[in-house]
Amino acid sequence: MQSTPWEGVLPEHLEQAFPERGLTCQVYLGQHFITAAAAITADIVHFLRDKEQFDFLTDLTAVDRPKDPLRFELVYILYSFPRNERVRIKTRIGDNEPVRSITSIFEAANWLEREVYDMFGIAFTGHPNLKRILMPDEWHGFPLRKDASIIGMDNEWVQSNLGIESGQ
Amino acid sequence: MNDAIPPEGDYLESSELVLNMGPQHPSTHGVLRLVLKLDGERVRDVECVIGYLHRGVEKIAENRTYTMFVPYVDRMDYVAAVSNGLGFCLAVETLISVTAPPRAQTARVILTELNRIASHLLWLGTHALDIGAITPLFYTFREREEILKIFENYCGARLTTHAFRIGGLQYELYDRFEEEVKAFCEYIKPKFDEYDELLTNNRIWIDRLRGIGILKAEDCKRYSVTGPLLRAAGVKWDLRKAQPYSGYEQYDFEIPTRESGDSLDRYGVRMDEMRQSVRIIEQAVERIPTGPILAKVPKVLKPATGEVYVSIEAPKGELGYFIVSDGTIQPYRVRVRPPSFLNLQALEKMAKGALLADVVAIIGTIDIVLGEVDR
Repeated sequence: MQSTPWEGVLPEHLEQAFPERGLTCQVYLGQHFITAAAAITADIVHFLRDKEQFDFLTDLTAVDRPKDPLRFELVYILYSFPRNERVRIKTRIGDNEPVRSITSIFEAANWLEREVYDMFGIAFTGHPNLKRILMPDEWHGFPLRKDASIIGMDNEWVQSNLGIESGQ
Repeated sequence: MNDAIPPEGDYLESSELVLNMGPQHPSTHGVLRLVLKLDGERVRDVECVIGYLHRGVEKIAENRTYTMFVPYVDRMDYVAAVSNGLGFCLAVETLISVTAPPRAQTARVILTELNRIASHLLWLGTHALDIGAITPLFYTFREREEILKIFENYCGARLTTHAFRIGGLQYELYDRFEEEVKAFCEYIKPKFDEYDELLTNNRIWIDRLRGIGILKAEDCKRYSVTGPLLRAAGVKWDLRKAQPYSGYEQYDFEIPTRESGDSLDRYGVRMDEMRQSVRIIEQAVERIPTGPILAKVPKVLKPATGEVYVSIEAPKGELGYFIVSDGTIQPYRVRVRPPSFLNLQALEKMAKGALLADVVAIIGTIDIVLGEVDR
């Protein structure tokens, strides 16, 4: 990705608040994003909400990159009503590595984290009700992982619940 | 004998009743299932069970090319398919740094605003039906039909239109397009007053909606609620104004707001929004520029490695697409930020303490489409 460094007031504030923590601020196609370690992501979200007026969690999602050593990329998209600005926070985590839930910071994260858990199998610690949301409760596997095939993902479930051979 | 008489004050104590509402229930607008914990008629707790219409749209996207995926987004919010398509096309255009030509942008605005009116009309009819007013449904569907006819004349489809292409439009506007759109605007304007007469000053309508399902601005922000729900709580925020796209900055229109954030206010906001949409359409149809309708877009789309998040103001709120490209012809990941999904989450807050009959009204005013909630 041909991103350029993001220079401005907000990156300076972030570097002051989180010194020497491997935090980078970049711009790609005019969109700002912050890359940080998973341990401090929740703190950054908290900091942005309380100190920088980013009062709205637009979205929370994940990307699976199984070839990388830390396979999952978590993406938090925040918006600020007073500043009319959007910022993304990205972090990397490995398989079976839990992340801190941000439900105490934004209520909206409740369903969004459940969906990420449902689709990718990422566990959020401190989530009040972490269970599947879109897929059936008894489903095996996590559909949006790259190793999950688009056809016949859980034959066992399909056979026992729908009485047919495959999902196709 | 005395043991059989319960102590005073406990006569009316009832045990908790768990009631399943849906997934096959006419007033849940699709396959939404609610698990309600009732104390008499009072709702003590509510849990939404969703996913009955999950088709794995985001997974399908990873197995299609960018162009092949455009029709799929129409199937999410199927009553506002044009908006879905606009959002996705804009996101891909941002990713490949292409802008649609002015003629295409204006046509997109007209079609999207027509679709906003169609979506709100469908909402109005079904919501009134849920409350018990049967008549408005027939009127709103009659008016909506006129919009669908314009869509049909334009692209051959009425519901899942696939109206836009990445980079602009596929089809040139048909000969009588401007004429028909203008005629429609003249046709619909007095109809809004008819709805006012039917509902706005209707005693039963007001009693059923006022003070029901209040969601204040602070709660809207905590729950990431957008669209008419947010504006009914007094936040003057609309992406068409805040971060204009597709040339919305050229048009003169207002963002309707209300103060208290109850169901009646959401009704008021949507009614005003339809009038504003007519205003936008009337301005746009007068100044459709001439010129090409499709920008230069390569036949095989291979965006450079990177990612973008682009969002638009869909009829139901902020509809966003987060697209990750790995430099191949297929998107590496497409994430849809559905407005209905996040708005529905706030139901659990709104319905607590309400009466069972009011839950129906609250679901109605959120304006959910399950195709979008479940994707």
